[in-house]
Amino acid sequence: MKITVKLFATLRTGRFKAESREYAPGTTVAGVARELNIPREELALILINGRSAEPDSELSDGDTLSLFPPVGGG
Amino acid sequence: MDLAGYLQRHAEGGFLPWEVQSGAAARFGLSAAQVEEVALALGLLPARYRRNQKTISTAAQLALLRSRVTVIGCGGLGGFVIEELARLGVGEIRAVDYDVFEEHNLNRQLLATIDSLGRSKAQEAVARARLTNPAVSVVPVMAKFTAANSQDILEGASVAVDALDNIPVRLELEQACSALGIPLVHGAICGWFGQIATVFPGDNTLQKIYGACPSEKGMETELGNPSFTPAVVASLQAAEACKVILGQGNLLRHRMLFINLLAMEMEEVSL
Repeated sequence: MKITVKLFATLRTGRFKAESREYAPGTTVAGVARELNIPREELALILINGRSAEPDSELSDGDTLSLFPPVGGG
Repeated sequence: MDLAGYLQRHAEGGFLPWEVQSGAAARFGLSAAQVEEVALALGLLPARYRRNQKTISTAAQLALLRSRVTVIGCGGLGGFVIEELARLGVGEIRAVDYDVFEEHNLNRQLLATIDSLGRSKAQEAVARARLTNPAVSVVPVMAKFTAANSQDILEGASVAVDALDNIPVRLELEQACSALGIPLVHGAICGWFGQIATVFPGDNTLQKIYGACPSEKGMETELGNPSFTPAVVASLQAAEACKVILGQGNLLRHRMLFINLLAMEMEEVSL
């Protein structure tokens, strides 16, 4: 299935800004993060088609997945 | 002559020069804030706010004077937020921070100076506002924000500002504000990046933003923060706090603005 993956801030470093990528059916957000070598602690806000999602949320063909790192400084 | 007569007589074209305001305070045994409240109620604008006037009406200026904003954290974000709210004319600002200034704060924290190293961040906020707007009362709260003291710290706030640097404490602040019915303006920074959102009781926006995050700190532990990122995000927070108080404009509610100053992109996310 085709997933558009959008990465924000530091997650783009050494990766990409946005790409259409091929994944096996049933792939979860955590599966995509693993494939992209994004450590668990570098993932905060997750959006699937602009809606808030969880690491274990399953993706469907044509979804857009947006991943944001934790921004916590003051 | 009573105070109202004195102010009307000495006002210049509807504006009240600081000299007259401070002179009236001394003459009538009042604080600058008390004189300011009477002046604004008479439709006289302190001349310090002259350049606010087309954006913020005299009636709105009085609403700001009568409001209280509680700023949690007086570091990078908090220092600029307090500066802007004080110059804006918010009547009472509670500056909450248990910490003292250290040398590595000097690159970005407005209240950090060579002379203020080792001094209380909250106390420095008081000293700074005395220089920029003596009609504003900055109340220092030298305590760590916790669920246990949240009610005391947030009591009476028209709006709270999240200028913390710790994710679990931010989530506690959201919960406390929700329980007390206080709107919260969230801001966070890391390197070239920042985010802001305005949260009303029950929105649980921070839970959505950070819920999946297992750590206390974000990427700022690796990236640090340069001078401009806190100034950008804090200014957006101050604008949101102003709008919450005045009930004007469109708030960043159920939305988060994600700012990338390196790519110079701003992404709006619905939450």
